[in-house]
Amino acid sequence: MTQYNKKAKIQQFMHYLLLIILTLFILIPFILGFWTSLLPTADISKGALWSSHISLDNYVTAVTQTPIIRYLFNSLIISIITMLAQIIFCSLSAYSFVFLKFKGRDLLFYVFLATMMLPFEAEVIPNFTTVRTLGLLNHYAVMIVPFLTSAFGTFMLRQSFLQIPGELKEAGDIEGLSHWQYYYKVVMPYSKISIYTLAAYSFLSSWNQYLWPMLTTFSDNFRPVQDGLRQLQSQESFNNWGMIQASAAIIIIPTLIALFFGQHYFKSGLNEGAIK
Amino acid sequence: MSIELSNISKTYNGSDFVLSDISVKIETGEFFAIVGPSGCGKSTLLRMIAGLIPITSGELKINDKDVTNLPPQERSLTMVFQNYALFPFLSVKDNVAFGLKARKMEKSEIDSRVINALELVNLSEYKERKPGELSGGQRQRVALARAIASDAKICLMDEPLSNLDAQLRNKMRSEIRELQQKLGLTLIYVTHDQVEAMTMADRIMVLNEAKTQQIDSASDIYDTPSNTFVAGFFGTPQMNLIPVTLHANSQSLNNESGLNFPNNHQLSKGKYLVGVRPNALSIDDSATVNNGLITTIEYLGTHSIVHVILDNSLEVLVETKSAEHLTTNQQITVNVTGKYYIFSEDGQSLLLTNGGYINDGKSSKEPKLQALF
Repeated sequence: MTQYNKKAKIQQFMHYLLLIILTLFILIPFILGFWTSLLPTADISKGALWSSHISLDNYVTAVTQTPIIRYLFNSLIISIITMLAQIIFCSLSAYSFVFLKFKGRDLLFYVFLATMMLPFEAEVIPNFTTVRTLGLLNHYAVMIVPFLTSAFGTFMLRQSFLQIPGELKEAGDIEGLSHWQYYYKVVMPYSKISIYTLAAYSFLSSWNQYLWPMLTTFSDNFRPVQDGLRQLQSQESFNNWGMIQASAAIIIIPTLIALFFGQHYFKSGLNEGAIK
Repeated sequence: MSIELSNISKTYNGSDFVLSDISVKIETGEFFAIVGPSGCGKSTLLRMIAGLIPITSGELKINDKDVTNLPPQERSLTMVFQNYALFPFLSVKDNVAFGLKARKMEKSEIDSRVINALELVNLSEYKERKPGELSGGQRQRVALARAIASDAKICLMDEPLSNLDAQLRNKMRSEIRELQQKLGLTLIYVTHDQVEAMTMADRIMVLNEAKTQQIDSASDIYDTPSNTFVAGFFGTPQMNLIPVTLHANSQSLNNESGLNFPNNHQLSKGKYLVGVRPNALSIDDSATVNNGLITTIEYLGTHSIVHVILDNSLEVLVETKSAEHLTTNQQITVNVTGKYYIFSEDGQSLLLTNGGYINDGKSSKEPKLQALF
């Protein structure tokens, strides 16, 4: 018996050891990045990991001398609009794929799904031609319009709407709920967890866009953070690494906030969803 | 509010009927049960009355008004579902108020109705909770409260008790019956459980294979089942069905195992099915000539169910008050001591009961009973 306990304990110890090592691997770049953002650039250039001048100076420089705040503002606008649009349009299309009956519904859904299989890189050139013809280049619209809806979001919400018991629809029908009423009174609150997940997902993927804004924006007025960060690096003849690190730290903050709140809702939502 | 169904049929592909030719008139304030095995179309029928599934052919009237093609909300009825259909994100109070809000009722009116309904089902102190924080029985009560709060006088219930444990089911059975009487609801209750139907309903419709088998009160269904399906469906333990042959007029009906049924009536010779309930048979363990062998004895407290294999290897169930002197593998004699039913060979119609009734019509629906003497 004790033999067995010992074995189990060692096994558990090994599991945790492995997990801790993996966690360190993942965290080290973050910690290193955050730490260097506190060091003066001169020390970073020397390759030193310790300095006597640990301060928030880099942050002050980043905020006052670069358009980082403008970049943040741009990204925030783009991400929030994209997120809201995706929630509305994906849920509406998912609703019709689940609750409306029309000819060719399933076929249409598979066509929809097929667009999800296409990598974004393959769509870049035709999309670029389209937005250029529309005259949308170098504007918020160019980073929002192509992402107003997503096949993935529709697919995810469709799966979650399919989980809603048919009896709820029948109960709604008995009370005479229209499709609109059923949509916002029952379907949306019932699928809260999936909606939050989609919101977090679309916000983050919009926030982390790099390739598309790089191709379509040319001025700081519209450039989002990820491309802005790149801009900071190449603008200067000598790279102010401390300041760049501080900027990187600043732009991670909204991501962390989104994840933090997302997780909070995710947990409370999960508890509720566990009950029949 | 009365409900009248005339020749209602349902088919999805034009040829296979899920329900065919259902007609019945349900009176105001009646507790009407629809019972049948799973897949017989009983839930479909209920949903057609509710308006959730379109009616293929036939006519549905509520209060003498044709509602065949009206949407559900204009039929002024409520429905209680098997899985309660509660909204998990709303509190108990809001769940009960849901339909009233959807119908744009005044707020003060909604509040008083909700309070009243929750009081009737003893859930007043739980009104702020979410359905997930309630037990199965309490959730069922919330569903009932939702039906009560509505001003509709027709309530449809689709196997509302099938997710509850046996004890709670017994309790809720009487509670539902009480509420129905108190509120004067016309209630249509779908169940697969014959006990529920018999104990609660004023009248029962038995459905099987898309057709009405019989519509009658519980006692009439038990006493004069119109065919072997109904006979076997009602009563626990099940009625024994024994194939018999009548060799000549006025002889006993014989099943070639020494189990004979006296035949006082003018039946022509031929083959028949005799139905006899386990409590109409008795066991004699002192006779010299035996006709069966005991295989199992189920002790049930007040009585026991004895499984007997007759000499022609047909198994019958016998209900007996005391089984202490009986053992398995014992040779015994089974005697007929009570009422039995004579059905046609295909089991489709009841021909005679030995109480002296006769079925004069050829139809298997609602046998018209007539005293012989």
